[in-house]
Amino acid sequence: MSFPDPTETFRQEARELLEQLEQGLLDLEQNPANDDLINSTFRALHTIKGSGAMFGFTAVANFVHEFETAFDQVRKGQTVATPALIEVALNAKDHIHKLIEQPDTKLAGGEAILVALRAVIDGANAPAAAVPEAPSKGALIELDLDMPAEAPAPATLADLTESIWRIRFHLPGDALVYGTNPLLLLEEIAAIGPCTITALTDAIPSLEAIDPEVTYLGWQVDLTTAEDPSAALDDVFMFLRDGMELSVVKLDGASPAATEPTAPAIAAAPAPIAAPPAKAPVATPKPAKAKAKDTPAPMQEAKAAQPAEKDKAPASSSMRVDAERLDELMDRVGELVIAQARLTQIAAMSQDGNLKTIAEELERLSSGLRDTTMGIRMVPIGTLFSRFRRLVHDLSRDLDKDIEFITTGEDTELDKTMIERLADPLVHLIRNSVDHGLESPEKRLAAGKPPKGTVRLSAVYAGAEVAISVSDDGAGLNTERIRAKAEENGLITAETKLTEQELNQLIFAPGFSTAKEVTSLSGRGVGMDVVKRTIDGLRGSIDVATKPGAGSTMTLRLPLTLAIIDGMLVRVGNGRYTIPLSAVEECVELPDGVEANARGRNFLDIRGSLVPFLRLREVFNTAAPAEPHQKVVIVSSGEGRVGLVVDQIIGNNQTVIKQLSKLHSAIKSFSGATILGDGTVALILDTAHLVGFGQTYVDRNKSEGKAA
Amino acid sequence: MSKTILTIDDSASIRQMVVMTLAAAGHEVIEAINGADGYTKATTNTVHAVITDLNMPVLNGIEFIRKYRQHPSSKGVPIILLTTESDEELKRQAKEAGATGWIVKPFKQDQLLAVIKKVTGA
Repeated sequence: MSFPDPTETFRQEARELLEQLEQGLLDLEQNPANDDLINSTFRALHTIKGSGAMFGFTAVANFVHEFETAFDQVRKGQTVATPALIEVALNAKDHIHKLIEQPDTKLAGGEAILVALRAVIDGANAPAAAVPEAPSKGALIELDLDMPAEAPAPATLADLTESIWRIRFHLPGDALVYGTNPLLLLEEIAAIGPCTITALTDAIPSLEAIDPEVTYLGWQVDLTTAEDPSAALDDVFMFLRDGMELSVVKLDGASPAATEPTAPAIAAAPAPIAAPPAKAPVATPKPAKAKAKDTPAPMQEAKAAQPAEKDKAPASSSMRVDAERLDELMDRVGELVIAQARLTQIAAMSQDGNLKTIAEELERLSSGLRDTTMGIRMVPIGTLFSRFRRLVHDLSRDLDKDIEFITTGEDTELDKTMIERLADPLVHLIRNSVDHGLESPEKRLAAGKPPKGTVRLSAVYAGAEVAISVSDDGAGLNTERIRAKAEENGLITAETKLTEQELNQLIFAPGFSTAKEVTSLSGRGVGMDVVKRTIDGLRGSIDVATKPGAGSTMTLRLPLTLAIIDGMLVRVGNGRYTIPLSAVEECVELPDGVEANARGRNFLDIRGSLVPFLRLREVFNTAAPAEPHQKVVIVSSGEGRVGLVVDQIIGNNQTVIKQLSKLHSAIKSFSGATILGDGTVALILDTAHLVGFGQTYVDRNKSEGKAA
Repeated sequence: MSKTILTIDDSASIRQMVVMTLAAAGHEVIEAINGADGYTKATTNTVHAVITDLNMPVLNGIEFIRKYRQHPSSKGVPIILLTTESDEELKRQAKEAGATGWIVKPFKQDQLLAVIKKVTGA
């Protein structure tokens, strides 16, 4: 194949381009704002410059570069193509023509044209518009000339010892699609020196997740070479540097060919490190490089650290999950528990040993899953506590009371939903403590107390419950005033006899407020009853303890979770009911002696203390005849204990709580329902309510008994 | 092994330079005069590599790369940018569009061959 002289081809091409340039400039004079004209003119210049440099027309390239730079302002719209500018540009074009046709002749006038060109552009533009200075071009050309694939830097004295370099690299994911062939890169590395290549497969996803076009593999190459391979590797990865991960670490210098380096070598050579590089990449001293090319040493250090961290980095110790997804998970676990209960029931009726085994296994697993799932939903209560600091601070300022706010047990964990719903009740309780509980500083001093009052907020685990208490060292509840107020409101009569505990519970009655003056914060008569209702809704209870002059403590007892509880399944007549196991204290047999309709003596002697009991048959109006041997389940809540007389205790089960519909919200005896293994529904007894009911039931019986 | 290489440049002299260099090394070269022409030729021939100019009429180099990379036949085909610019921004745009590497004009013949060997192995 024969080719025409490329120089001649260039000349030919340049002539055409110059012709095109001239036409373009003339058209532009008529139509100075035409972008297409400006662009084609610019492109003509650009091509002349590029090709001129290729074929040794350096003078042309340099001159055109200046021309192009000036003209670029027109392209960018910074200067308008005025007739004056076109005039100079045409002169410049003529000059280029001469440069091309008579390359060997020394031509004067080029500089003058450029000066004129700049003058025109500067004139047309603001005087400040600086035209890039000439030297930049020279530098550019020079730089371009020795750009790629030069021989690696000459070996220095330090490089005389062969050593192993560990090169690890991952290509960008699109490398294969975009035409990079890793095999060729490896061949290039292999050409530097003997090496061992290992594929790094750790980034390969599971089969379903694999995109066949994505590069997942990485490579580790242990290269034996006398020189620092960095410069050679820069050439290998020339096109990939910014998108890839690359680390180059020198391994233990003891290669087969290793010899004692000479004294000056030690100074320059990197200190060999004994530890595997992946473990201590940051400590690896970088070789004092003869390397001239771009990648600065610190950057390489950083790159080296990257894969090493990846190697040993444990997955982040926590992650964020949408709360809704947790709720969903909890629901599913609930369904699983119900299904498991069915299986257990079927297994219990079966003779199949295998079925029984698997049912037991599943029960164990689902209960573990339930606990784990509930654990996931647990949030430290400290997040809630910290909100109250501000509240107390503001209250302290508004009421002019000096208050110390102490919180303990912030680590105590509760179900997330529960914590959210506790916020309002706790605000009420804290306000009450600060407003009603704590006295003014003067009164405190008069009572011999430090002027600074203390409010404590604490949380502590109590079995399957959490006890949260708000206490103050204030005046304590004024039981006389509570009583007076309750009588005034018609809650009780003057004759009603109440224990101190019962009296204190009156503050939770709707419409009750003892504050003489209604402050901005409390005493409106709403609040405590709302608190009580909220806590009931959470299947919790409130205790009040108070000591006149020494302060009071409100304790909330709350179940750890709202969704699934351990329950005790009992039978009353034909109905089955679940009692929250956390409330159950013990189960005893109902002695025959109390079987009769002894209305005044519904008490059991439980190891010396009298416990009232409720016949659930009576409470539920059960028609079916009673079992000969009835059982009593002793349940407790904050306010006391009560015995629930049932026909049969069936056993423990995991109870997935389903809320009752609004239609049933008036029924106080039940807090919810659950689905049993056989698909039937069992109602969950509201123990707090039953305990309270038991007390009044007993009270009524007592007073009736007296009246009789 | 001989490869088929497409050179896209509006400058005939540059194309000739590329053709001469690569043909001397035993490769077959297809010429195209702009990005649109290049796209047609790249998608109707089996090419092992593409060398393209950036600044061209009709369809410029970056536009060509973007369009070509949409075509399934471009997968794994190295695209070498041939440009007078040492402008990092243009290079970055071209890489984003799917360029494999680049050669800065003016280049020497052995540089062109070295880059072709680097990306095609021949």
